[in-house]
Amino acid sequence: MLENINLDVPTHAVTAIIGPSGAGKTTLLRLIDLLEEPTSGQITFDDMETPRSEGVRLEMRRRMVIVFQKPVVFSGSVYDNVSYGLRIRGYGRRDAGDKVMHALETLDLSGYENRMAKTLSGGEVQRVALARAMVIEPELLLLDEPTANLDPVSTTKVEQLISRIIRELHTTVLMSTHDMAQGQRLADQIGVLIGGSMLQVGNSSDIFNLPNSMQVAHFVGVENVLEGVIESKDQGLVNVSFGSHHVEGLSQLEPGVVVSACIRPEEVTLALTITQTSTSARNTFYGTISNITSTGPLVRVVVDCGFQLVALITTRSAQELELQKGTEVWAFFKATGVHIVQA
Amino acid sequence: MLILTGDREVFSITARTLLISSASTFIAASIFVPVGSLIYFQSFPGKGLLINVIQTLFSMPTVFVGLLVFITFSREGPLGSFGLLFSPTAIIIGHVILISPIMAGLTISALRGIAPEIQDTAMSLGASRLQTIHAIVREARYGVSTAVLLGFGRAISEIGLAIVVGGNIRGYTRTLTTAMSLETSIGNFEMAMALGIILVFLALAVNILVSQIQHR
Repeated sequence: MLENINLDVPTHAVTAIIGPSGAGKTTLLRLIDLLEEPTSGQITFDDMETPRSEGVRLEMRRRMVIVFQKPVVFSGSVYDNVSYGLRIRGYGRRDAGDKVMHALETLDLSGYENRMAKTLSGGEVQRVALARAMVIEPELLLLDEPTANLDPVSTTKVEQLISRIIRELHTTVLMSTHDMAQGQRLADQIGVLIGGSMLQVGNSSDIFNLPNSMQVAHFVGVENVLEGVIESKDQGLVNVSFGSHHVEGLSQLEPGVVVSACIRPEEVTLALTITQTSTSARNTFYGTISNITSTGPLVRVVVDCGFQLVALITTRSAQELELQKGTEVWAFFKATGVHIVQA
Repeated sequence: MLILTGDREVFSITARTLLISSASTFIAASIFVPVGSLIYFQSFPGKGLLINVIQTLFSMPTVFVGLLVFITFSREGPLGSFGLLFSPTAIIIGHVILISPIMAGLTISALRGIAPEIQDTAMSLGASRLQTIHAIVREARYGVSTAVLLGFGRAISEIGLAIVVGGNIRGYTRTLTTAMSLETSIGNFEMAMALGIILVFLALAVNILVSQIQHR
């Protein structure tokens, strides 16, 4: 169920739709690829409304292609698979051959042409599917969660290959991912799709730092959301009060407005004592560590300062400060690290 | 001994049996594989029921089909004027009726076994409706060949129908199974055994072929 979808996919750029599983990303891509028809609303492609008659739909569908989250291969060789799109378009053997070999080369699949496609591993199938899609030189390349089923090593590899395809085809790409970081790495524009609605569209740094709603903030990893009221304003600097506490942040909103102050956990630094450098931060709180969890290179520290503040710091600095549950610490963050959203 | 010396009688019965079974398999496959595909790709009311009926008919008793064909082609029957009763043609017609549900039903199953993603993939890569159907049928080709071979296996090894509508006429409608039955009943066990070995060998060959195809 999709509603309130308003997305403009610019040509020759990469747009990523990010959102949690079940948000409707696949459905949206299937609608765009004309595999399904919307019950209401308009999709335009190249300024043309998507047609109803199957003949015209086929013509339009042939200008784009989708690579599914779990690609399937046709029985037969890798060559048979990659050449499929060309064969059904009536390409001759020689023309198809050159294009197929080039696509295989681009995806580091040279030498695979006679392998049976069904015997390949998941990562290899993904690459065959990408080759099969790029060989038809689509005007619009749709990628549905291109790395969702892959291990970290294959994910990095597939991401590199996708970047290579994008450079080479110089085409328009619309991809979906539930991985915020992947969206940032690959996309020029990001749309956040949550619960079937497109909540925010913008460039990746805007989405990441200036989420326009609580839902988006949560999804992009803003763990600290403090709800309060703007108490005073001094030029661009506002003072937000929540409970008995205050935070300062940058905003053009007026006093009296009910807001959420969003602070990314990596903006919060921790120290055992107040030093010269730390006092330059506008917001300073003292509290007790109530929880510490390691996430590999980073440590997630929850500090109880009368309210909960989550900080994400490197494992090394956590070790240097000898942080553990119960340690009393100072928590700092700059006013520029506070993003104020109207509630 | 009879097999090794290439007994004429044994040879001609085997050849006739293969000819009759191949003919009925060929006719049934060329009609009912497409019919099965049509049923799978079209949506119409009663489709599920139809498929259920087809699957039930897999195990239609051979002798009952024989009876139906007998009544139809007997002198007083609706198609009696063709004079086909007790001819190889009658056996072939009976076989086609017997194995057509298997052909159509297993074709439907084979197509169903193809992941719906194949359809989406083909369409997205630019396949027209016909090209999409072609891609799906192509993916199902091993399942469909299995259907055809199983039909052949059923035709070659059945006896009820061949004896009722063929009449086991020597040199005309005598097949491996009807000959075996006769030879056994008159105590000619050597002959019966020779025919039986050939039949088992043929059935085995078909089954090996089926499992080879399924393991692709």
